[in-house]
Amino acid sequence: LAPWIPVVGLEIHAQISSNSKLFSGSQVQFAAPPNSLVSFFDASLPGTLPVLNRRCVEAAVMTGLALNCSINKKSLFDRKHYFYADLPAGYQITQQRVPIAVNGSLSYSLCIDNKMSQMVTKTVRIKQIQLEQDSGKSLHDDTRSQTLVDLNRAGVGLMEVVMEPDMCCGEEAAAAVRELQLILQTLGSSQAVMAEGQLRVDANVSVHHRGEPYGVRTEVKNINSIRFLAKAVDYEIQRQIEELENGGTILNETRAFDSKLGCTVPMRDKEGKQDYRFMPEPNLPPLILYDAKSLPANMNHQQVINIDWIHERLPDLPRVKREKLVEQYGILPEHSFTLLNEDGLAEFFESVVKQTQMKPKKVIGWILNDLLSYLKQHSLTVKESPVSSFLLADLLNLLEKKEISSTAAKRVLAELWKGEGKTPLEIVKEQKLELLQDQKELEQICQAVIDGQENEVIMMVLG
Amino acid sequence: ATLKDGLRSQVSAALKEGRVTPTELCRRCLALIKSTKFLNAYITVAEETALKQAEESEERYKRGQPLGILDGIPIAVKDNFNTAGIETTCASNMLKGYISPYNATVVQKLLDQGAVLLGKTNLDEFAMGSGSTDGVFGPVRNPWSYSKQYKEKSVPKSHSEDEESNWVITGGSSGGSAAAVSSFTCFAALGSDTGGSTRNPAAHCGVVGLKPTYGLISRHGLIPLVNSMDVPGILTRCVDDAAVLLGSLAGHDPKDSTTIQDDFKPFELPNLTDVSKLSIGIPKEYHAPGLSSEILALWSKAADLFKNAGAKVVEVSLPHTRYSIVCYHVLCTAEVASNMARFDGLEYGHRSDTKESTESMYAATRREGFNDVVRGRILSGNYFLLKQNYEKYFVKAQKVRRLIANDFVKVFRSGVDILLTPTTLSVAAPYMEFIQEDNRTRSAQDDILTQAANMAGLPAINVPTALSERGLPVGLQFIGRSFQEKQLLTVAKWFEKQVQFPMIQLEEVKRHDNGVFQHQQSASFS
Repeated sequence: LAPWIPVVGLEIHAQISSNSKLFSGSQVQFAAPPNSLVSFFDASLPGTLPVLNRRCVEAAVMTGLALNCSINKKSLFDRKHYFYADLPAGYQITQQRVPIAVNGSLSYSLCIDNKMSQMVTKTVRIKQIQLEQDSGKSLHDDTRSQTLVDLNRAGVGLMEVVMEPDMCCGEEAAAAVRELQLILQTLGSSQAVMAEGQLRVDANVSVHHRGEPYGVRTEVKNINSIRFLAKAVDYEIQRQIEELENGGTILNETRAFDSKLGCTVPMRDKEGKQDYRFMPEPNLPPLILYDAKSLPANMNHQQVINIDWIHERLPDLPRVKREKLVEQYGILPEHSFTLLNEDGLAEFFESVVKQTQMKPKKVIGWILNDLLSYLKQHSLTVKESPVSSFLLADLLNLLEKKEISSTAAKRVLAELWKGEGKTPLEIVKEQKLELLQDQKELEQICQAVIDGQENEVIMMVLG
Repeated sequence: ATLKDGLRSQVSAALKEGRVTPTELCRRCLALIKSTKFLNAYITVAEETALKQAEESEERYKRGQPLGILDGIPIAVKDNFNTAGIETTCASNMLKGYISPYNATVVQKLLDQGAVLLGKTNLDEFAMGSGSTDGVFGPVRNPWSYSKQYKEKSVPKSHSEDEESNWVITGGSSGGSAAAVSSFTCFAALGSDTGGSTRNPAAHCGVVGLKPTYGLISRHGLIPLVNSMDVPGILTRCVDDAAVLLGSLAGHDPKDSTTIQDDFKPFELPNLTDVSKLSIGIPKEYHAPGLSSEILALWSKAADLFKNAGAKVVEVSLPHTRYSIVCYHVLCTAEVASNMARFDGLEYGHRSDTKESTESMYAATRREGFNDVVRGRILSGNYFLLKQNYEKYFVKAQKVRRLIANDFVKVFRSGVDILLTPTTLSVAAPYMEFIQEDNRTRSAQDDILTQAANMAGLPAINVPTALSERGLPVGLQFIGRSFQEKQLLTVAKWFEKQVQFPMIQLEEVKRHDNGVFQHQQSASFS
């Protein structure tokens, strides 16, 4: 049987981190009382007009630059029409014809065969980034035959990031999204917390044989975490392969991932293909961005966005941060991944390194093996760690000065986790874990042991 | 001061000097509205709030601190502008009873300057129409139907016929505003203009109707018909008053991203005496099929007037004029389909009782809420926006629109300052005759002379010129360069002075306006 080649592309919606919405001044806030953050424009009151939020444009430009995109100096807004309870105007304002950024790339890394020591770097092309409005939320109350509509989220700014079908499996998709998440959080353009709906991922999946055209693709929605993303993609690939090998066909449909069952199911049919009747948004002039060269001399600074200015102020992206950690501290590349993967862990590590004489190459072991596994076991974040960087550094100093053995150090750490406020030194004294340095004292103890075990000694001497 | 006085020249002075008070003016207008109720020009009369505003204005005058020329001046607003606390219906079942929580920017500006908002005027439903006959509150009657001038000239066909069935339409869609100004119930009114909706009724009602350059006046709060062509329109009894209103309304609005950023400087109109430096263009395509011989003759006479006064008058060509109606049809219906999508019965407005499903609720709500005209345009528009049709229709129409706009650019670049054209093909038709054809046919016919200015975003103004043989108003249109309202209005004012259009003689007005009459000698232009 010829091998199947799975093809995975992603459409990611990232909620822009801003004070107000994309086209209106109402606030952006998670879990506020229903319909408490709705302006006249958000409610689509007749006669209201969109006004573009500068911060949202800056967020999109930052993200585009971080993803190596070309920023379109002129981009356009369009209306995408459909009727739904959570879309008050009957259309969404988006960028269909000319989006704000195009043709970028994202590099991400994977472990081969689950071995942290073998990491490989892959790249996925970014087709485009477009600005668009988020919709409200509708809750279906079947028992009372009604739909409850909350417009708090209606109009919040989104960046839709489209990743080309360059990925081949769940693991790659998950790693790519994880890296994007880190980038967005580093930039501050989105908080990208999937659990709060700030990052939503839809996967496009198909399979084909080498040399043949791409197969029919399905769209998989309702994926609520990165872990589920990998599962959903892998399940769908498998499902398609089985279907085709059994002589069936793949429908170009939308499927929902059921996290409980671990499978994808067809979504309630949307009555065939929708024609969104795209039309230019007549109330918004083309969005013009400038760079240092094209910036007109006497322009009102408030009214323009300078791409170069933003570029100069981009923070270090995760990739750069990792490289710096490796270079500065001599740790392994895979260590740098783990450090950045856990919120606050890199800062914790650097803080410990500053406060101890122990070499970073040795510190990293304590961070990744001892600290991290303890936190994971107890489902704690770095911020919630009962052992502060100060305490850990203190402990490692004792070890470094050879005042305790490494076995003893682990016992002290175990005690520190209890968070009873004792210092490492106090615990060492309490449990009498000090290393003996005195040669004579050591000889005395050894002699005492040998004296107490005469038979065993004779057996050993005889061989 | 009388209800017939110009704002800047007379009323303002009279108010300042205390010869008349804002409350007096307000009461006179409200009384006249009542006695002219048969015109059906107003949908809502905001009597209580108007009197309150008038009282506050009066206090300011007493303290010697009026806010400006508009302080205390009664005005009316077309019912497609949002007015906080006062019903905004767009003459549609969809918005019957709808009370907006905010004021349109232009309304707010008027109120901030002390104007007294008398009420909301009648229109074609959602501003779709050229007769002001297709709103749910019934048609508006042209005040000239009841004028001495018209009654003298009209011969009843049979003794059973009376004024009741002979009355003529106002034109549309801002017919209520035009009628309100024409019948002296207010000093100025706001209309809207998408394809001629301010200029057309202005011509039929014998008042000044100004369509400003697109982007000059904020559309925030104007319930849109075609976002890329709509402008708030100004209706007044003389050109000077239009300049006053323009000065108080124009300027950048951060809430409307299509308004230009440049500072706008309000201006007073000079009294032009020398037109020898002017070049007037006469577009030959505006000699359109169906143009009445009377209006053609008046247009010709007007051209001669300029020539004899020393201006350069040249024939010009706007070759793409004949495509403007179909082009407009595609673009207008497409935007209508989009703009009307928000009326789903969920957030505001009419909601059908149907409880089967959300979809059926949408369908029933929209069928019950919209009239045939609106529904027809939505269906057409959606058709043109379908993926398979988009290039063929919408994009093509956009290209044709560019050509139409370029026609004007070329002509103005060739040295022409202002274009002179008729505003309408004929005088106001009797209602019974008008409704023989459907809204779409009428709109297509009536918009031909006004529509292209909306396509190109240019400023244009109707100036009442003379009475027809049947005693009904005929107006002529001036079209100017983008943002050159000062030049446009200056020329319009000169022309207004030359033609001395006669004042309407209405019984009702005589009874309510006991002040000193300003008799305008009608220098029989016809």
